[in-house]
Amino acid sequence: MSEIENRGYVHPEVLVSTDWVANHLNDPKIRIVESNEDPLLYPSGHIPGAVEVDWTRDLNDPVRRDYLGKDGFQALLRRLGITKDTTVVFYGDKNNWWATYASWVFHLFGHDNSKIVDGGRIKWLNEGRPLTKDVPSYPPSDYVAAERDDKRFRAFRDQVLAHTNAKKPMIDVRSPAEYSGERLHMPDYPNEGALRGGHIPGAKSVPWAKAVNPEDGTFKTADELRALYEREAGLKPDDDVVVYCRIGERSSHTWFVLRNLLGYNQVRNYDGSWTEWGNLVGVPIER
Amino acid sequence: MAVPEKLTQTLDLLGSIADRSERIQLLIDLAGRFEEVPPRLAQRPYPETAQVPACESEAYIFPEPRPDGTLDFHFAVENPQGISAKAMAVILDDTLSGAPLEQVAEVPSDIVYDVFGRELSMGKSMGLMGMVGMVANLAKKRVEGAGAGA
Repeated sequence: MSEIENRGYVHPEVLVSTDWVANHLNDPKIRIVESNEDPLLYPSGHIPGAVEVDWTRDLNDPVRRDYLGKDGFQALLRRLGITKDTTVVFYGDKNNWWATYASWVFHLFGHDNSKIVDGGRIKWLNEGRPLTKDVPSYPPSDYVAAERDDKRFRAFRDQVLAHTNAKKPMIDVRSPAEYSGERLHMPDYPNEGALRGGHIPGAKSVPWAKAVNPEDGTFKTADELRALYEREAGLKPDDDVVVYCRIGERSSHTWFVLRNLLGYNQVRNYDGSWTEWGNLVGVPIER
Repeated sequence: MAVPEKLTQTLDLLGSIADRSERIQLLIDLAGRFEEVPPRLAQRPYPETAQVPACESEAYIFPEPRPDGTLDFHFAVENPQGISAKAMAVILDDTLSGAPLEQVAEVPSDIVYDVFGRELSMGKSMGLMGMVGMVANLAKKRVEGAGAGA
Protein backbone atom coordinates (compact mmCIF):
# COMPACT_ATOMS: atom_id res chain seq x y z
CA MET A 1 0.00 0.00 0.00
CA SER A 2 1.38 3.42 -0.93
CA GLU A 3 1.94 6.22 1.55
CA ILE A 4 -1.04 8.12 0.07
CA GLU A 5 -3.30 5.05 0.38
CA ASN A 6 -2.28 4.78 4.03
CA ARG A 7 -3.77 8.17 4.79
CA GLY A 8 -7.30 6.79 4.77
CA TYR A 9 -8.87 8.83 2.00
CA VAL A 10 -12.15 7.71 0.48
CA HIS A 11 -10.72 8.20 -3.03
CA PRO A 12 -6.94 7.92 -2.71
CA GLU A 13 -6.67 7.38 -6.46
CA VAL A 14 -7.21 11.09 -7.11
CA LEU A 15 -3.87 11.96 -5.56
CA VAL A 16 -0.48 11.03 -6.94
CA SER A 17 2.95 11.50 -5.44
CA THR A 18 5.86 13.28 -7.05
CA ASP A 19 7.52 9.86 -7.34
CA TRP A 20 4.54 8.63 -9.35
CA VAL A 21 4.79 11.65 -11.64
CA ALA A 22 8.52 11.07 -12.13
CA ASN A 23 7.74 7.52 -13.22
CA HIS A 24 5.04 8.62 -15.69
CA LEU A 25 6.74 11.51 -17.48
CA ASN A 26 6.65 9.68 -20.80
CA ASP A 27 3.35 7.88 -20.33
CA PRO A 28 1.19 8.67 -23.40
CA LYS A 29 -2.00 8.08 -21.41
CA ILE A 30 -1.07 10.89 -19.02
CA ARG A 31 -1.12 14.62 -19.63
CA ILE A 32 0.59 16.64 -16.91
CA VAL A 33 -0.94 20.11 -16.58
CA GLU A 34 0.53 22.99 -14.60
CA SER A 35 -1.91 25.66 -13.46
CA ASN A 36 -0.66 28.60 -11.42
CA GLU A 37 -1.70 31.89 -10.04
CA ASP A 38 1.68 33.38 -10.94
CA PRO A 39 1.90 33.74 -14.74
CA LEU A 40 5.73 33.71 -14.68
CA LEU A 41 6.16 30.32 -13.03
CA TYR A 42 5.41 27.89 -15.87
CA PRO A 43 7.64 29.73 -18.38
CA SER A 44 10.43 29.91 -15.77
CA GLY A 45 10.55 26.10 -15.63
CA HIS A 46 8.09 23.22 -15.33
CA ILE A 47 7.92 19.45 -15.07
CA PRO A 48 9.23 17.97 -18.33
CA GLY A 49 6.34 17.32 -20.69
CA ALA A 50 3.86 19.43 -18.73
CA VAL A 51 1.53 21.81 -20.55
CA GLU A 52 0.04 24.95 -19.03
CA VAL A 53 -3.59 25.78 -18.41
CA ASP A 54 -3.88 29.44 -17.50
CA TRP A 55 -6.97 30.31 -15.52
CA THR A 56 -7.50 33.75 -16.98
CA ARG A 57 -6.68 33.00 -20.61
CA ASP A 58 -7.81 29.38 -20.94
CA LEU A 59 -10.69 28.82 -18.53
CA ASN A 60 -12.53 32.14 -18.33
CA ASP A 61 -15.04 33.59 -20.72
CA PRO A 62 -13.27 36.71 -22.04
CA VAL A 63 -16.34 38.94 -21.67
CA ARG A 64 -18.82 37.62 -19.11
CA ARG A 65 -17.90 36.57 -15.59
CA ASP A 66 -18.22 32.87 -16.34
CA TYR A 67 -16.22 29.92 -17.51
CA LEU A 68 -15.65 28.89 -21.06
CA GLY A 69 -18.43 27.02 -22.83
CA LYS A 70 -18.50 23.65 -24.54
CA ASP A 71 -16.78 24.86 -27.71
CA GLY A 72 -13.99 26.60 -25.82
CA PHE A 73 -13.37 23.59 -23.60
CA GLN A 74 -13.33 21.30 -26.59
CA ALA A 75 -10.84 23.55 -28.39
CA LEU A 76 -8.65 23.72 -25.29
CA LEU A 77 -8.50 19.96 -24.82
CA ARG A 78 -7.91 19.36 -28.52
CA ARG A 79 -5.02 21.85 -28.42
CA LEU A 80 -3.50 20.06 -25.42
CA GLY A 81 -3.87 16.69 -27.13
CA ILE A 82 -6.17 15.34 -24.44
CA THR A 83 -8.65 12.60 -25.26
CA LYS A 84 -11.49 11.13 -23.20
CA ASP A 85 -9.07 8.42 -22.10
CA THR A 86 -6.28 10.78 -21.04
CA THR A 87 -5.67 11.02 -17.32
CA VAL A 88 -5.03 14.67 -16.59
CA VAL A 89 -2.60 15.23 -13.75
CA PHE A 90 -2.78 18.74 -12.35
CA TYR A 91 -0.20 20.52 -10.23
CA GLY A 92 0.59 24.13 -9.47
CA ASP A 93 1.64 26.85 -7.08
CA LYS A 94 -0.03 27.91 -3.85
CA ASN A 95 -0.32 24.29 -2.68
CA ASN A 96 -2.42 23.47 -5.71
CA TRP A 97 -5.02 26.25 -5.45
CA TRP A 98 -5.08 26.70 -9.17
CA ALA A 99 -4.57 23.05 -9.94
CA THR A 100 -7.74 22.17 -8.03
CA TYR A 101 -9.49 25.12 -9.63
CA ALA A 102 -8.63 23.89 -13.11
CA SER A 103 -9.62 20.37 -12.08
CA TRP A 104 -12.97 21.68 -10.83
CA VAL A 105 -13.64 23.40 -14.18
CA PHE A 106 -12.75 20.17 -15.99
CA HIS A 107 -15.28 18.39 -13.76
CA LEU A 108 -17.98 20.85 -14.88
CA PHE A 109 -17.53 19.37 -18.34
CA GLY A 110 -17.54 15.83 -17.04
CA HIS A 111 -13.80 15.26 -17.48
CA ASP A 112 -13.28 13.62 -14.10
CA ASN A 113 -10.42 11.40 -15.21
CA SER A 114 -7.95 13.59 -13.35
CA LYS A 115 -5.53 13.58 -10.46
CA ILE A 116 -3.70 16.12 -8.32
CA VAL A 117 0.01 15.96 -7.52
CA ASP A 118 0.30 15.83 -3.75
CA GLY A 119 2.40 18.81 -2.63
CA GLY A 120 2.18 20.51 -6.01
CA ARG A 121 4.92 22.47 -7.68
CA ILE A 122 6.84 23.41 -4.55
CA LYS A 123 7.29 19.78 -3.48
CA TRP A 124 8.65 18.85 -6.90
CA LEU A 125 11.09 21.76 -6.66
CA ASN A 126 12.14 21.08 -3.09
CA GLU A 127 12.95 17.51 -3.99
CA GLY A 128 15.41 18.75 -6.59
CA ARG A 129 13.53 17.16 -9.45
CA PRO A 130 14.14 18.33 -13.02
CA LEU A 131 12.50 21.37 -14.59
CA THR A 132 12.55 22.47 -18.19
CA LYS A 133 11.66 25.61 -20.09
CA ASP A 134 10.82 23.55 -23.20
CA VAL A 135 7.15 23.87 -24.04
CA PRO A 136 5.97 20.51 -25.35
CA SER A 137 3.76 20.09 -28.36
CA TYR A 138 1.35 17.19 -28.68
CA PRO A 139 -0.70 16.13 -31.68
CA PRO A 140 -4.15 17.70 -31.44
CA SER A 141 -6.87 15.34 -30.29
CA ASP A 142 -10.41 14.94 -31.59
CA TYR A 143 -11.93 15.52 -28.15
CA VAL A 144 -15.69 16.02 -28.20
CA ALA A 145 -16.77 17.98 -25.14
CA ALA A 146 -20.00 17.60 -23.24
CA GLU A 147 -22.13 20.60 -22.37
CA ARG A 148 -21.04 22.23 -19.13
CA ASP A 149 -23.10 20.92 -16.22
CA ASP A 150 -23.42 23.63 -13.56
CA LYS A 151 -25.83 21.69 -11.36
CA ARG A 152 -23.63 19.15 -9.67
CA PHE A 153 -20.53 20.98 -8.53
CA ARG A 154 -21.38 24.66 -8.87
CA ALA A 155 -23.65 26.92 -6.82
CA PHE A 156 -25.17 30.23 -7.88
CA ARG A 157 -26.28 33.12 -5.71
CA ASP A 158 -29.99 32.30 -5.57
CA GLN A 159 -29.16 28.73 -4.62
CA VAL A 160 -26.79 29.99 -1.95
CA LEU A 161 -29.44 32.33 -0.60
CA ALA A 162 -31.86 29.42 -0.35
CA HIS A 163 -29.08 27.34 1.20
CA THR A 164 -28.36 29.87 3.94
CA ASN A 165 -32.08 30.44 4.57
CA ALA A 166 -32.50 26.68 4.99
CA LYS A 167 -29.58 26.72 7.45
CA LYS A 168 -27.65 24.16 5.45
CA PRO A 169 -23.90 23.89 6.02
CA MET A 170 -21.43 26.18 4.34
CA ILE A 171 -17.68 26.57 4.64
CA ASP A 172 -15.96 29.93 4.22
CA VAL A 173 -12.35 29.12 3.35
CA ARG A 174 -10.98 32.67 3.44
CA SER A 175 -8.69 34.00 6.15
CA PRO A 176 -10.21 34.77 9.57
CA ALA A 177 -9.80 38.50 8.90
CA GLU A 178 -11.78 38.20 5.67
CA TYR A 179 -14.41 36.02 7.37
CA SER A 180 -14.94 38.56 10.14
CA GLY A 181 -15.01 41.48 7.71
CA GLU A 182 -12.17 43.11 9.58
CA ARG A 183 -9.81 43.13 6.58
CA LEU A 184 -12.10 45.26 4.46
CA HIS A 185 -11.51 48.07 6.93
CA MET A 186 -7.77 47.65 7.41
CA PRO A 187 -5.76 50.74 6.48
CA ASP A 188 -3.48 50.43 3.43
CA TYR A 189 -5.29 47.34 2.20
CA PRO A 190 -6.34 47.48 -1.43
CA ASN A 191 -10.01 47.09 -2.21
CA GLU A 192 -10.98 43.45 -2.25
CA GLY A 193 -13.68 43.83 -4.82
CA ALA A 194 -16.52 43.90 -2.30
CA LEU A 195 -18.47 46.76 -0.77
CA ARG A 196 -19.34 44.89 2.41
CA GLY A 197 -17.29 42.68 4.71
CA GLY A 198 -18.29 39.63 6.71
CA HIS A 199 -19.56 36.19 5.74
CA ILE A 200 -22.69 34.41 4.59
CA PRO A 201 -24.86 33.64 7.63
CA GLY A 202 -24.27 30.17 8.98
CA ALA A 203 -20.96 29.64 7.19
CA LYS A 204 -18.21 28.12 9.32
CA SER A 205 -14.67 29.38 8.96
CA VAL A 206 -12.14 26.77 7.87
CA PRO A 207 -9.29 28.48 6.00
CA TRP A 208 -8.33 26.34 3.01
CA ALA A 209 -4.67 26.00 3.99
CA LYS A 210 -5.57 24.03 7.10
CA ALA A 211 -6.04 21.02 4.82
CA VAL A 212 -2.35 20.85 3.92
CA ASN A 213 0.83 20.23 5.85
CA PRO A 214 2.67 23.56 5.90
CA GLU A 215 6.12 21.97 5.70
CA ASP A 216 5.69 20.27 2.31
CA GLY A 217 2.25 21.17 0.98
CA THR A 218 0.96 17.59 1.04
CA PHE A 219 -2.63 16.94 2.09
CA LYS A 220 -3.30 16.00 5.70
CA THR A 221 -4.54 12.52 6.55
CA ALA A 222 -8.23 11.66 6.43
CA ASP A 223 -8.36 11.59 10.25
CA GLU A 224 -6.83 15.04 10.47
CA LEU A 225 -9.22 16.35 7.81
CA ARG A 226 -12.23 14.84 9.60
CA ALA A 227 -11.12 16.52 12.82
CA LEU A 228 -11.06 19.81 10.96
CA TYR A 229 -14.26 19.63 8.93
CA GLU A 230 -16.41 17.30 11.02
CA ARG A 231 -15.43 17.68 14.66
CA GLU A 232 -14.55 21.40 14.47
CA ALA A 233 -16.88 22.66 11.72
CA GLY A 234 -19.68 20.15 12.28
CA LEU A 235 -20.00 18.73 8.76
CA LYS A 236 -21.34 15.24 8.11
CA PRO A 237 -20.52 13.12 5.04
CA ASP A 238 -24.13 13.15 3.84
CA ASP A 239 -24.46 16.93 4.11
CA ASP A 240 -25.30 19.16 1.19
CA VAL A 241 -22.35 21.57 1.47
CA VAL A 242 -21.51 24.86 -0.25
CA VAL A 243 -17.96 26.21 -0.10
CA TYR A 244 -16.85 29.69 -1.07
CA CYS A 245 -13.99 32.19 -0.82
CA ARG A 246 -13.39 35.43 -2.74
CA ILE A 247 -13.72 34.28 -6.34
CA GLY A 248 -14.01 30.52 -5.96
CA GLU A 249 -10.36 29.56 -6.39
CA ARG A 250 -9.38 28.75 -2.80
CA SER A 251 -12.72 27.06 -2.23
CA SER A 252 -12.10 24.71 -5.15
CA HIS A 253 -9.25 23.36 -3.03
CA THR A 254 -11.68 22.64 -0.20
CA TRP A 255 -14.19 21.25 -2.72
CA PHE A 256 -11.48 18.79 -3.80
CA VAL A 257 -10.73 17.80 -0.20
CA LEU A 258 -14.35 17.25 0.81
CA ARG A 259 -15.43 15.49 -2.37
CA ASN A 260 -12.41 13.35 -3.07
CA LEU A 261 -10.42 12.88 0.09
CA LEU A 262 -13.39 12.63 2.47
CA GLY A 263 -15.92 11.32 -0.06
CA TYR A 264 -18.70 13.89 0.35
CA ASN A 265 -21.20 13.44 -2.47
CA GLN A 266 -22.91 16.80 -2.33
CA VAL A 267 -20.34 19.59 -2.40
CA ARG A 268 -20.75 22.65 -4.57
CA ASN A 269 -18.37 25.53 -5.09
CA TYR A 270 -19.96 28.99 -5.07
CA ASP A 271 -17.57 30.69 -7.49
CA GLY A 272 -19.41 34.01 -7.29
CA SER A 273 -18.12 33.93 -3.72
CA TRP A 274 -17.53 37.07 -1.68
CA THR A 275 -16.88 39.33 -4.68
CA GLU A 276 -20.50 38.66 -5.62
CA TRP A 277 -22.16 38.24 -2.21
CA GLY A 278 -20.37 41.26 -0.69
CA ASN A 279 -21.76 43.46 -3.47
CA LEU A 280 -25.32 42.12 -3.66
CA VAL A 281 -28.13 44.38 -2.51
CA GLY A 282 -30.23 43.09 0.33
CA VAL A 283 -28.64 39.72 1.02
CA PRO A 284 -27.96 38.78 4.65
CA ILE A 285 -24.43 39.18 6.01
CA GLU A 286 -23.04 38.05 9.32
CA ARG A 287 -20.03 39.53 11.09
CA MET B 1 2.54 65.14 -11.21
CA ALA B 2 5.22 63.63 -13.49
CA VAL B 3 5.94 59.93 -13.37
CA PRO B 4 9.58 59.11 -12.45
CA GLU B 5 11.59 59.06 -15.66
CA LYS B 6 13.07 55.59 -15.26
CA LEU B 7 9.65 54.13 -14.55
CA THR B 8 8.27 55.71 -17.72
CA GLN B 9 11.15 54.23 -19.69
CA THR B 10 10.59 50.76 -18.25
CA LEU B 11 6.85 50.86 -18.85
CA ASP B 12 7.45 52.08 -22.41
CA LEU B 13 9.88 49.20 -22.97
CA LEU B 14 7.43 46.62 -21.64
CA GLY B 15 4.59 48.18 -23.63
CA SER B 16 6.62 47.94 -26.82
CA ILE B 17 6.91 44.16 -26.49
CA ALA B 18 3.86 42.86 -28.29
CA ASP B 19 4.71 39.19 -27.85
CA ARG B 20 3.45 37.96 -24.49
CA SER B 21 6.03 35.22 -24.06
CA GLU B 22 8.81 37.69 -24.82
CA ARG B 23 7.55 40.05 -22.15
CA ILE B 24 7.22 37.18 -19.68
CA GLN B 25 10.80 36.12 -20.39
CA LEU B 26 11.98 39.68 -19.73
CA LEU B 27 10.13 39.66 -16.40
CA ILE B 28 11.63 36.28 -15.49
CA ASP B 29 15.09 37.67 -16.27
CA LEU B 30 14.35 40.67 -14.07
CA ALA B 31 13.24 38.39 -11.23
CA GLY B 32 16.60 36.61 -11.58
CA ARG B 33 18.32 39.87 -10.62
CA PHE B 34 16.44 40.07 -7.32
CA GLU B 35 18.63 40.78 -4.32
CA GLU B 36 17.28 40.46 -0.83
CA VAL B 37 17.41 43.33 1.65
CA PRO B 38 20.95 43.54 3.09
CA PRO B 39 21.27 42.17 6.65
CA ARG B 40 22.50 45.54 7.90
CA LEU B 41 18.97 46.87 7.27
CA ALA B 42 16.78 43.94 8.29
CA GLN B 43 16.98 40.32 9.35
CA ARG B 44 14.43 37.54 9.81
CA PRO B 45 11.89 37.54 11.25
CA TYR B 46 11.05 40.69 9.37
CA PRO B 47 8.75 43.13 11.16
CA GLU B 48 5.05 43.14 10.32
CA THR B 49 5.26 46.89 9.76
CA ALA B 50 7.42 46.22 6.70
CA GLN B 51 5.09 43.58 5.22
CA VAL B 52 3.20 44.45 2.06
CA PRO B 53 -0.56 44.44 2.64
CA ALA B 54 -2.45 41.80 0.66
CA CYS B 55 0.70 40.26 -0.85
CA GLU B 56 0.47 36.50 -0.55
CA SER B 57 4.13 36.13 -1.50
CA GLU B 58 5.04 37.67 1.86
CA ALA B 59 6.89 40.62 0.42
CA TYR B 60 8.55 43.17 2.72
CA ILE B 61 9.80 46.64 1.85
CA PHE B 62 12.53 48.56 3.67
CA PRO B 63 13.25 52.20 2.80
CA GLU B 64 16.76 53.57 3.25
CA PRO B 65 17.36 57.32 3.06
CA ARG B 66 19.98 58.67 0.68
CA PRO B 67 22.06 61.75 1.56
CA ASP B 68 20.01 63.77 -0.95
CA GLY B 69 16.82 63.00 0.95
CA THR B 70 15.39 60.48 -1.52
CA LEU B 71 14.88 56.81 -0.68
CA ASP B 72 16.35 53.51 -1.74
CA PHE B 73 13.84 50.68 -1.63
CA HIS B 74 14.96 47.22 -0.50
CA PHE B 75 12.81 44.11 -0.62
CA ALA B 76 12.42 40.62 0.77
CA VAL B 77 10.13 38.01 -0.75
CA GLU B 78 9.64 35.01 1.49
CA ASN B 79 7.60 32.86 -0.90
CA PRO B 80 10.15 30.85 -2.90
CA GLN B 81 7.60 30.74 -5.74
CA GLY B 82 7.00 34.49 -5.61
CA ILE B 83 8.67 35.18 -8.92
CA SER B 84 6.28 37.96 -10.00
CA ALA B 85 6.81 39.71 -6.66
CA LYS B 86 10.57 39.50 -7.23
CA ALA B 87 10.26 40.94 -10.75
CA MET B 88 8.09 43.75 -9.39
CA ALA B 89 10.63 44.42 -6.62
CA VAL B 90 13.47 44.73 -9.13
CA ILE B 91 11.43 47.11 -11.28
CA LEU B 92 10.45 49.27 -8.31
CA ASP B 93 14.03 49.40 -7.05
CA ASP B 94 15.48 50.12 -10.51
CA THR B 95 13.00 52.87 -11.31
CA LEU B 96 11.98 54.47 -8.01
CA SER B 97 15.03 54.28 -5.74
CA GLY B 98 16.54 57.76 -5.75
CA ALA B 99 13.64 59.27 -7.69
CA PRO B 100 12.01 62.52 -6.49
CA LEU B 101 9.81 61.54 -3.54
CA GLU B 102 6.91 63.70 -4.65
CA GLN B 103 6.81 61.70 -7.89
CA VAL B 104 7.19 58.33 -6.17
CA ALA B 105 4.32 59.21 -3.84
CA GLU B 106 2.03 59.63 -6.84
CA VAL B 107 2.87 56.43 -8.70
CA PRO B 108 -0.46 54.70 -9.34
CA SER B 109 -0.84 51.08 -8.21
CA ASP B 110 -2.36 49.99 -11.48
CA ILE B 111 1.03 50.14 -13.23
CA VAL B 112 1.05 46.40 -12.42
CA TYR B 113 -1.24 45.93 -15.43
CA ASP B 114 1.25 47.79 -17.65
CA VAL B 115 3.96 45.47 -16.37
CA PHE B 116 2.19 42.12 -16.32
CA GLY B 117 -0.80 42.68 -18.58
CA ARG B 118 -4.47 42.42 -17.67
CA GLU B 119 -4.44 38.65 -17.35
CA LEU B 120 -3.76 38.59 -13.63
CA SER B 121 -5.83 36.92 -10.98
CA MET B 122 -7.47 39.17 -8.43
CA GLY B 123 -5.22 37.98 -5.62
CA LYS B 124 -2.06 38.38 -7.67
CA SER B 125 -2.95 41.87 -8.86
CA MET B 126 -3.86 42.91 -5.30
CA GLY B 127 -0.52 41.70 -3.98
CA LEU B 128 1.50 43.43 -6.69
CA MET B 129 -0.56 46.60 -6.35
CA GLY B 130 0.08 46.41 -2.62
CA MET B 131 3.83 46.56 -3.32
CA VAL B 132 3.48 49.67 -5.49
CA GLY B 133 1.10 51.26 -3.01
CA MET B 134 3.45 50.64 -0.09
CA VAL B 135 6.42 52.18 -1.91
CA ALA B 136 4.28 55.23 -2.75
CA ASN B 137 3.10 55.45 0.87
CA LEU B 138 6.65 55.30 2.20
CA ALA B 139 7.61 58.18 -0.10
CA LYS B 140 4.50 60.11 0.90
CA LYS B 141 5.25 59.72 4.60
CA ARG B 142 8.83 60.85 4.01
CA VAL B 143 7.58 63.96 2.19
CA GLU B 144 5.06 64.69 4.93
CA GLY B 145 7.72 64.13 7.60
CA ALA B 146 10.09 66.57 5.89
CA GLY B 147 7.26 69.08 5.63
CA ALA B 148 6.38 68.72 9.31
CA GLY B 149 10.02 69.18 10.31
CA ALA B 150 10.52 72.29 8.16
